[in-house]
Amino acid sequence: MRRQGGLLGIVLAGLTAAAMTTGVTTAAFAQDEIKIGEINSYSALPSFTEPYRKGWQLAVEEVNAAGGINGKKLVVVSKDDGGKPADAVTAANELVSSEKVVMLTGTFFSHIGLAVSDFAKQKKVFFLAAEPLTDAITMSKGNRYTFRLRPSNYMQAAMLADEAAKLPAKRWATVAPNYEYGQSAVAVFKELLSKKRPDIQWVGEQWPPQGKIDAGPVVQALAATNPEAILNVEFGPDLVKFVREGNTRGLFKGKSVVSFLTGEPEYLDPLKDETPNGWIVTGYPWYDIKTADHDKFLKAYQAKFNDYPRLGSIVGYGTIKAAAAILAKANSTDTDKLIEAAEGIKLDSPFGEITFRKSDHQATLGAYVGKTAVKDGKGVMVDSVYRDGKDFLPSEADVAKERPKD
Amino acid sequence: MSFYVVQFLSGLASAAALFLVASGLSIIFGVTRIVNFAHGAFYMLGAYVAFSLTERLSGTLGFWGGIIAAAVIVALIGVLVEMLLLRRIYRSPELFQLLATFGLTLMVEDLAVLIWGPDDLLGRRAPGLRGAFDFFGQAIPTYDVLLMVLGPVVLGALWLLFHRTRWGVLVRAATQDRDMVAALGVNQKWLFTSVFALGVFLAALGGALQIPRDAVNHTMDLRIIVDVFVVVVIGGLGSITGAFVAAVLVSELNAFGILIFPKISIILVFLVMAVVLIVRPWGLFGKPEAAARQTPGLAVQPWRPLSSQARLAFVGVLILAAALPLLGSNYALIVGAEIAIFVIFAVSLHFLMSVGGMASFGHAAYFGLGAYGVAFLAKLAGLPMIACLLLGPLLGLFGAIVFGWFAVQLSGVYFAMLTLAFAQIVWSIAFQWVDVTGGDNGILGVWPAALVATPARFYWLALAITALSVVVLRVLVFSPFGYALRATRDSGLRSEAIGINSKRIQWTAFVIAGTFAALAGALFAYLKGSVFPDNAGIALSVDSLVMVLLGGVETVSGAVVGAIVYKALSIWLVSYTELSKLVMGAVIVLLVVMFPKGIVGTFDSLIESGRLSFLKRGSSRATQTEGAE
Repeated sequence: MRRQGGLLGIVLAGLTAAAMTTGVTTAAFAQDEIKIGEINSYSALPSFTEPYRKGWQLAVEEVNAAGGINGKKLVVVSKDDGGKPADAVTAANELVSSEKVVMLTGTFFSHIGLAVSDFAKQKKVFFLAAEPLTDAITMSKGNRYTFRLRPSNYMQAAMLADEAAKLPAKRWATVAPNYEYGQSAVAVFKELLSKKRPDIQWVGEQWPPQGKIDAGPVVQALAATNPEAILNVEFGPDLVKFVREGNTRGLFKGKSVVSFLTGEPEYLDPLKDETPNGWIVTGYPWYDIKTADHDKFLKAYQAKFNDYPRLGSIVGYGTIKAAAAILAKANSTDTDKLIEAAEGIKLDSPFGEITFRKSDHQATLGAYVGKTAVKDGKGVMVDSVYRDGKDFLPSEADVAKERPKD
Repeated sequence: MSFYVVQFLSGLASAAALFLVASGLSIIFGVTRIVNFAHGAFYMLGAYVAFSLTERLSGTLGFWGGIIAAAVIVALIGVLVEMLLLRRIYRSPELFQLLATFGLTLMVEDLAVLIWGPDDLLGRRAPGLRGAFDFFGQAIPTYDVLLMVLGPVVLGALWLLFHRTRWGVLVRAATQDRDMVAALGVNQKWLFTSVFALGVFLAALGGALQIPRDAVNHTMDLRIIVDVFVVVVIGGLGSITGAFVAAVLVSELNAFGILIFPKISIILVFLVMAVVLIVRPWGLFGKPEAAARQTPGLAVQPWRPLSSQARLAFVGVLILAAALPLLGSNYALIVGAEIAIFVIFAVSLHFLMSVGGMASFGHAAYFGLGAYGVAFLAKLAGLPMIACLLLGPLLGLFGAIVFGWFAVQLSGVYFAMLTLAFAQIVWSIAFQWVDVTGGDNGILGVWPAALVATPARFYWLALAITALSVVVLRVLVFSPFGYALRATRDSGLRSEAIGINSKRIQWTAFVIAGTFAALAGALFAYLKGSVFPDNAGIALSVDSLVMVLLGGVETVSGAVVGAIVYKALSIWLVSYTELSKLVMGAVIVLLVVMFPKGIVGTFDSLIESGRLSFLKRGSSRATQTEGAE
């Protein structure tokens, strides 16, 4: 294999040259546009990110139709992270170094959100996290460069614990995917509910791995603990399997079920006529929201895409609208000015006015809480009420205790 | 009591689903020796096609007709894949077919989303099997009963097929000794095609039968593929009964395990596999693998160190690469550093695979340990970067010492699967031990020291360490240790006979490879600024295999090229295309067809055979023939 080195050399040289040209071509700078970077798990999680993408595309169109950002055109450069934090950091690097974006937005998974937020802190870039639910991103691992739009795990748990406390049930069991999101959702819910209802007993818990629930044995094991109520944190295909086995085996009969996120169209729609009745859920009943803000959004969305919005659409739309509002208020692309502008900013969302709290950079976007039902062979949310995020934020004292000082 | 009975039955139903898919994989591997990574993709396609058919066909007949038709349709797709793709590469180096099936899997995932959309699909319930039996107050779904019956029925049918038909006799003969079967005049081509079709049929049937219980979605393939491999290996390769027993064992341990440890599912199958392989190195029902018989008279080109010209070329390339900061943007440098790190990672696995003849499916374990080693030292002990880079990889070294000792007792696919089990154990510790590792939220804030914080300097650091690693590993290949290692690879018996302690040599090689992987992981932690369980995950182990195979497993340093091509391509595709998996998969399949010995391997043989003589410098040397086994 004597000649391999020479050959290797040729191949290597070619590739190095190819690598060099990648990224060298910096996009032409236009004075009259502002670029935002956006990263999400497009290939790993299309059921959420497709509607999400439509949402932000609509927002960009609206912002530019209304004259852009103080006269400059808004451009969003979007990258896929493939569901991997390491790839998200590569994308963030590309957006910041090559595309020269003025801020980063997006992300779905909590660990990816955290990786990008730490990148933002290191490189001193503004980051508006769209979807990641983990409390850590604004609390224990929060930093001054990172803001978050969606109601956090804590906030959703607080909304659900309020409703759960009204139930007569005393024996509770939990089922949640075995990773940080599931663990912290259960922990917060337990803490809040036990505080309101000291008489409650936690009789059982199941932690199937995310994406790989063996639903039959899990349902059976839950039933064996003989609970009066169940907290569910499963979502996606796991939820479908859990619900199907639970229905067949009669797990939910005569029991109250409180469930995270199940009312979101992304997770509710696949259940079709097998949607369980009367679960107390957080979600997004787009068909049932009668506010002017939402009507306007809904009409525009349906006109543009000929499809109904999912929660992802709200998140994508809200993220870019918030980014645009922050840029307009700052009237600058300087990171410190952006942070200053974002803290306490007031802006409209399809769910009404929201703001980003100064102390932890959490938005006050809320969620709808209601009950599941089947209508015309489809799963829907009924009796929904909007819970404003500002009423469910973690207390300032907790923030001061947990969040590192900048 | 009735509860435990029902829990047992639930476990049996899960086992049946697993067994169907596993039996197909086992049959395919037994005869064709293909590690069919696409088996999960065929399972998923079975579910998708069955979904579409059962939505259109009505009634009981429509439902079951749809299920069977789906399995047949997907089996036909399997036949096409075998005839058009796999037939071209049966003569390739061992495991090369894994690369082709990996490419297919990537393509199928994106195609499924393109055809059926991104939403989770709820398949129809089986007509008349919607409800449940009452068993002393416990419910047993009627569909589960059907699955419970179906498992043993399929097992019986396969037994009859293999023991009572001529075709079955040929298949069993080929499983034992396919060269002998060929020598006796059996047309292997059609035997392989039919076996592949049967295996794919079973996978697709397994998938189709899931539609009344599952949501059909584009992640089904990866959800099942690893578990299925594990079941096949626990049972013993090529043993259908073994696969059945293993499926039941795994499912029942899970069904009862979760009653005591609700978090056990995440690691259970891998623990079972590790224990079984340590106690029974060939699985429950497997037999020791017959020594692979290489074709006699095959011209093997012995490895030689680089000529002085080639060394000059290497230095030239290195200088060229080091000049990148003068031309490239910061982003190009960051990508360059990432590629360099993956070169170390790939080269370390390549050392183990091609020099040591040990293909590891869990090489990311040591990469991850190196990354966590750095993160612990930097965040918990607050050590400076230099100390972290030097000491962090020691965690990988330590892991390789422990796991390597067990792993080198095995060989072939069993070795590969035991390394996979160890990697999954590392991954799940990182994932579960939240207090120490931060769980899946990882450890943040592992950034390089100010001295090398700029992209250019970090790139130079990574490049220097990479060049050093490649040189050190090459020197090892041509050292007495390297010769001894190659001896154990080529003939265990002969090397023992001349006094080489082959297990000791292999163990040492394992530790060396693990340490270099850990070094790559350590650098990677600083490049990304954060460490996650992903860094020890299956996806990364697969990536490293792909890089080595792409470069050419029979070469000295092909992994260098494999890593550069694969990593550059994947970063570029993810950034610039919507359908990165589809394009990546297609490119891999194309490369597999164009370079059946890997990129470098194929170029080498072309040069040696004189077809690319213009690349052949100096006096031509007579091809030496090495006595093969």
